[in-house]
Parts: sequence; structure tokens; C-alpha cells
Amino acid sequence: MEQLLKTIFENDLFVYVLMAVVPLMWVLPYALFAVWLERKVSAHMQDRLGPMRTGGWHGWAQTIADILKLIQKEDIVPKAADRKLHFLAPFVVFIGSYAAFAAIPFSSAYIGSNINIGLFYIIAVSSLVVVGILMAGWSSNNKWSLLGAMRSAAQIVSYEIPTALALLSIVMIAGTLDLQEINHMQTGWFWNWYLFKKFPFVFIAFVIYSVASLAETNRTPFDIPEAESELVAGYHTEYSGMKFALFFLAEYANMFAVSAIGATLFLGGWNSPFGNFMSGPLWGVFWFLSKGMFFVFVQMWLRWTLPRLRVDQLMYVSWKVLTPWAFACILGVGFWTML
Amino acid sequence: MKQYFKDIFKSIWTIFVGMKVTFRHLFIPAVTIQYPDVKLKLPERARNRLYVNMDDCIGCFQCDLACPVDCIYIETVKALPTDDLGITSTGHKKRLWVPKFDIDIAKCCYCGLCVPVCPTECIVMTDVYEFSEFNRHHLIYNYATLTPAEIADIKAKAAAYEKEQAAKKAAASAQAKAAQPAGTPAAETTAKTETTPSTPPPRSA
Repeated sequence: MEQLLKTIFENDLFVYVLMAVVPLMWVLPYALFAVWLERKVSAHMQDRLGPMRTGGWHGWAQTIADILKLIQKEDIVPKAADRKLHFLAPFVVFIGSYAAFAAIPFSSAYIGSNINIGLFYIIAVSSLVVVGILMAGWSSNNKWSLLGAMRSAAQIVSYEIPTALALLSIVMIAGTLDLQEINHMQTGWFWNWYLFKKFPFVFIAFVIYSVASLAETNRTPFDIPEAESELVAGYHTEYSGMKFALFFLAEYANMFAVSAIGATLFLGGWNSPFGNFMSGPLWGVFWFLSKGMFFVFVQMWLRWTLPRLRVDQLMYVSWKVLTPWAFACILGVGFWTML
Repeated sequence: MKQYFKDIFKSIWTIFVGMKVTFRHLFIPAVTIQYPDVKLKLPERARNRLYVNMDDCIGCFQCDLACPVDCIYIETVKALPTDDLGITSTGHKKRLWVPKFDIDIAKCCYCGLCVPVCPTECIVMTDVYEFSEFNRHHLIYNYATLTPAEIADIKAKAAAYEKEQAAKKAAASAQAKAAQPAGTPAAETTAKTETTPSTPPPRSA
């Protein structure tokens, strides 16, 4: 796609900007849709209806109305806040989650940047989110914000270890960090997907990744950084209007990013489950987005199923359960591939 | 060590159990009632907005007396003996004009005590419960059917009649005094009207 665009427009810079903006064209409508979906899923799981009036059919325009409201809202900055950091934090958080999209292959024809260390880049760059969250918590000059930010930092840093280790076992099978390459290796029928290879090690790695990725996106049951009942709203307590919306957008973008990585590594990314049937660059986009959205739905499903973990339980799960098992998976996969 | 594996198995298992429950509920019809579009049927004896059928009101003040929050305001004027106000649907003879029958529904506590005391069953609880207003003065409902002109007319006639009666009474008593100086004022007891079932009690406004 990059080559094609370059021959069409003959302007490299324009093509680069275009390539960078393409995922945004997905992320923004997706976030609007996902917020609506989250409300509907949560409502129906609790035998309610959720938004029903805005826009007519099942309140489909509710999030659009919400965004219009947020745009009009006053941007309140606390008097004692560190203004520069307070301003910067939401952008850093969103940049951190959006940057991951640069190396996610949406289809066989489109990947923002086809770098051969794509997976490593994603793991590294998504850590930037922690910096943004810490900035938000610190600069707000609010004890709830700071507590939320500290919790978030502790949580994300600890859960990055099992996440990375779980993904490492895939890297050991594939022998590459290039996500497009990993996708090509899973072409064919769905039993070629890595999820069904080297049972049970990869399957356990998949479970570990699912659990840890929930924690990385600060989603329930790991939402202690923004635990409403304890911390008001955590690190974004002091944010209003569009800055708050940016945090929200970043959370949903992050949800899709981790889902997309899970789909790419374990479920064949843009590959059709049925061999050559319904496969091709455009079908690839369809399969990739459906797999990603499926994981997003599972995240919502879990959110409305499980209660929030305590901080010590959170650390227990990370250090005493997920990390050792991830190591075991690496060992198992390692021995299997050597044999 | 055994407990460790047991805990992990149990946590994964119970997560699936929980997910099964929530997934099942995803397809259970919601209990929500889309209020303005769909309305629940009210219980048979639900107490909501009051309604007064003025055709049946005899101005007896029973509801006003029963009201614990004093939200009913009634004024009555005696009808002339020559006037025929008709009878109510329950067969009571109407002897009083009711130029004012106001209910301040904002004060009303929906106790329903005014309903059973009404001898003609003219004050009732309806099933109307959507009557919010932007101006609270609109919550004072005027049920009286007489026009201001009619009221003025009735009051003038009643005052004139009262005066006439008083004059007559004075004349009668003077006559009685002249005829029987030391006797009991028998004329006074006979002159007493029997048209008022009860007189309005003094109310603290």
C-alpha cells in the first residue's frame, strides 16, 4: 500500500501522513461505537436497556451526543495543578496507545510501518501510557489522582512482564518479531493459528496474555487505578471536557490495541479461518477487525462479570501466578521447538 | 503447593461460571419499562390527582376538615329560599352556592382522607399523575364553576336577603316585645334557619 500510494501521489511526506492517519480513521469511530456497545452490553447483562432514546434506534447516537457535550464543556484546571504537565498528560496517554497502531497489521496490504521488530516496538511504546498516567496523577495535585496514578504505574509495570513473556513464546515459535511475517506464517485454515499449536503451552500463554492485557488497559477486574468507589475517578479525577474525553479515547484505543495484538499473534490476524475462502487484502481487514472486536467484547463481558481485585491480590496474580506460568510456557515451547 | 494449583483452577473455573451467567442475562428481556412510551397499570386504589365534581358538591366542608395539610379552600354562600340548586346524583339537596373550591395540589399529601368523608362522593382520586408545572401557582386547581359575575350577583343577593331577614327579625322581636314584654323570645328560635348543615369553622390561614 505504501508503494502504491507513493506512485500515486509522488509526495513521500504526504504518503507518510496518510499512512499514519489511516488507523485513526478506524480508532475514532470505533471508540464511539465501543462506548455505546459497552453501555448496551453492561445494560443487557444487568437486564436493563441502556441508552434508548438518542438517535432513535436503541440510542445509537448517544456517544455522539456525549462527545458534542464534552467539546462544549469548560476546560477546568485546578489552581494548584502543574499546568504544563496537566495539559500534556492526556496527549501523552493517547500518543502512547495510538503509537502501538503503527506496527499493527490491519491487512496483508496495510501496516502503518513494516518494521521487523514490530512486536518489540509495540510492547515498548505502549509503556509510554504509564508516563502519561503518572503525569496526570502528579500534576492534578489531588490525592486521589496521585494514588490512582501510583497504583496504575505499579500495575502496568508488573503486568508488562507476564504480557511480554507470554508473547515471547509466540516469538519463539515464529522466530521473528515482524508482525506481518507472523501473520503470513498462520495463513491457511484456522488450525494453523498459533493458538492451536504446541498445546497446551501456547494456549496457557494465550490465557496469560488475555488476563495481563486486561490489567494493562486498566479494565475491570484490574481497574484499581480508577476505582470509582475508592478513588473518585483515579488519575483523571481533575480532568474535564475534551481532556477527559482524550483519556477515555486512549482507554478504548488501548483496548483495541491489545485485542489486535492478541488476534494477530494467536488468532491469525487478518487471515481467514477458512483457508483461501474469503481471503484477500479487503477481507483481511474484515477478519482482523472482527477478531479484534471479539476480544473487545470479551473484555466488556469480563468487566461486567467480575468484581475488582484488591491491590495485594492484583500483585499476587501477576508475580505468583502469571509470571511463573509464562516462564513455564517459554520453557515448554522452547524445548518443543528445539526437539 | 496443592492449594496453589487448586486456587488457580478454581479461579479460572469460577470466571467461566460467572461469564456463563452474564452471557445468559445478555439475552434475557430487560425489565426496564420505557416510561413515557409504556406505562405500568396503576393499582386499583392508587391515589393521585384529586378531582372534584362540582355538580355534586354541597359545600359541606367535610373534606376541608379532614385534610391534614389544609390544602382545600372552600367558600360557600347561602342560597335564597327561592333558588333551586337541584339535587346531587346521590339525592342530597344542594342548599349552598360554592363560589370557591380550590385545592393546592402542591400541598396535597395524597392521604386520601378527603375522599371517604364526602357525603356525595364528589371528591375522588383519579389515576392522573403527570401534572408537573413550571409555575407552582398553576398547581392550585380551581374547581368552582361559577363565573366572577355570577359570584358577585349571588353574594349581593344573599347579603340583601340577610339584611331583609334581619330587618324582619328585628320587627318581629319588637312586635313580640310589645305584645308579651316578659315572655321568652320564641320568635328567635323559629327564625333560626335550618338550611345550613354545618357552619364553616374558623380556620387559621
